[in-house]
Amino acid sequence: MATMEAAARRRPALALRALRFLGGQLVTLWAALALVYLFLPIAVMVLFSFNHIEGRFNFVWNGFSLDAWRHPFAVDGLEQAMVLSLEVAAISTVIATALGTFIALALIRYRFFGFSATNLLVLIPLTTPEIVLGASLLTLFLQLGIQTGFTTIVIAHVMFNISYVVVTVKARLRGFDWTLEEAAMDLGANEFQTFRKVTLPLIFPGILAAALLAFALSLDDFIITLFNSGQEVTFPLFVWGAARVAVPPQINVMGTMIMGSTVALMALSLLLQRRRA
Amino acid sequence: MGFGRLRALIPYILLAPGMAWLLIFFVAPMVTLAQSSLEEGVFETGFRFTWHWQNFTDSVDRFQEQFIRSFRYAGFATVLAFIIGYPLAYFIAWRAGRFKNYFLFLVVLPFFTTYLIRTLAWQTILSDEGEAVRAMRDSGVMDVLDTLHIAQNGRLLATPTAVVTAITYNLLPFMVLPIYVSLERIDKRLVEAAHDLYGGPIRAFLRVVFPLSLPGVFAGTLLTFIPAAGDFVNAALLGSPNTTMIGNVIQSRFLVLLDYPSAAALSFILMAAILIAVGLYARLLGTEEIT
Repeated sequence: MATMEAAARRRPALALRALRFLGGQLVTLWAALALVYLFLPIAVMVLFSFNHIEGRFNFVWNGFSLDAWRHPFAVDGLEQAMVLSLEVAAISTVIATALGTFIALALIRYRFFGFSATNLLVLIPLTTPEIVLGASLLTLFLQLGIQTGFTTIVIAHVMFNISYVVVTVKARLRGFDWTLEEAAMDLGANEFQTFRKVTLPLIFPGILAAALLAFALSLDDFIITLFNSGQEVTFPLFVWGAARVAVPPQINVMGTMIMGSTVALMALSLLLQRRRA
Repeated sequence: MGFGRLRALIPYILLAPGMAWLLIFFVAPMVTLAQSSLEEGVFETGFRFTWHWQNFTDSVDRFQEQFIRSFRYAGFATVLAFIIGYPLAYFIAWRAGRFKNYFLFLVVLPFFTTYLIRTLAWQTILSDEGEAVRAMRDSGVMDVLDTLHIAQNGRLLATPTAVVTAITYNLLPFMVLPIYVSLERIDKRLVEAAHDLYGGPIRAFLRVVFPLSLPGVFAGTLLTFIPAAGDFVNAALLGSPNTTMIGNVIQSRFLVLLDYPSAAALSFILMAAILIAVGLYARLLGTEEIT
């Protein structure tokens, strides 16, 4: 009698555990499928960079070939586009990282008149559709009679990257121990020395992370650039043009190399941070 | 004393260059966009500012279909990204253990390649001569998809399915990452408490975990929906004239037809429509819970 009661009481617990186990397996399976979805196009991109090409488009597998990897710039205009993209990314990253870090420092360190307005102005670009950002900037340049080209691309990239830098640096600064600054000043350092010798080294990983993000976003930007590029052709614009005419496997090679170098860069920065810690 | 006054100026000195940049290249363009949307004329003879409100009414009349389609696709993509992304974020936050960061890295890794190349890869996957489509055609799966209106005439490319699939794909991390952050913050002991109080796993999830993850869901849906509604890349590369979104219209009016006033008016209507949609959504979810 007593054992039966105990068994009856245990049964729902067992069912519960079974349900929990099943639910757990289901979540794991679902996550695995989601990752397959995420990596399917990447696998296709890498695979088709080795495709032996017949005709203009790279849709059908014709057999293995190393041609595209051996001659990555054998396509007219591709090299110039890649160089332009890297130049734009480098310049706009430096400017946006500097300006964005200053804003983040002001927002984290000080309470001042116009604080929430500043916060808002930084966040609005992030929630504005890219097409509106690009189109509105074009109307400004048209209104002022400014020819679009290299400079306007850089201006646009700095504009959308400032907000990303502010958000990233702010997130990293939140747990920062500001009493370290006071300690430095108590020990006789002036404001500038304190910033250079104490604050900057401590917040540097956050700034580096923001700069990497800005660089990646600049390199990848298509929509805003399309509106403000004039005659210039960045790498994404080159791909856009190619998509209508002919897609050589060299484009896949570039995509694979961009992803590979990002992974290498991130691994490197992780390694550096670990060594310093 | 002089130094004290200088100190009060420090935040403004820090802000000045960045804020100036945003004021000149983000706020001022909104003004010129507004101005342009009320102009009249054609490119060849120039545009004049005449408070031409008709640009707005005309645009709504002519491109209603594309507006509705954009919001429908963006809505579908957002819901799909949520269905795919929530369990993934949950898995990483609660079950991945010490591999958490590696899984997060896997989620963002595909997005370190160029947006357009990712989208072109979908063109390859879904193309008529591709292995996937051929297999589906041979096995009869395509007929089922045809009757379900997922495929059209045995094709996946150039259908709404292709466009929505790629939009969902391209925006998935924007859904996963905020949900992950809010799930990660939840105190795991709360769930144990729910179990101790004899809440089953489903009830514990629905009444404890899910409500606490709502801020992440809110941020994730906005970060997915807004870019999706304004996108034109996916529709241009994977769609057909029947899947034209409002982004495609704005892009071609601005850059191909050079009809700046109507393109500017359309941009404003898009922004306003998105704001209204977001406002309604915030109302629906209950604003108190999202802060």
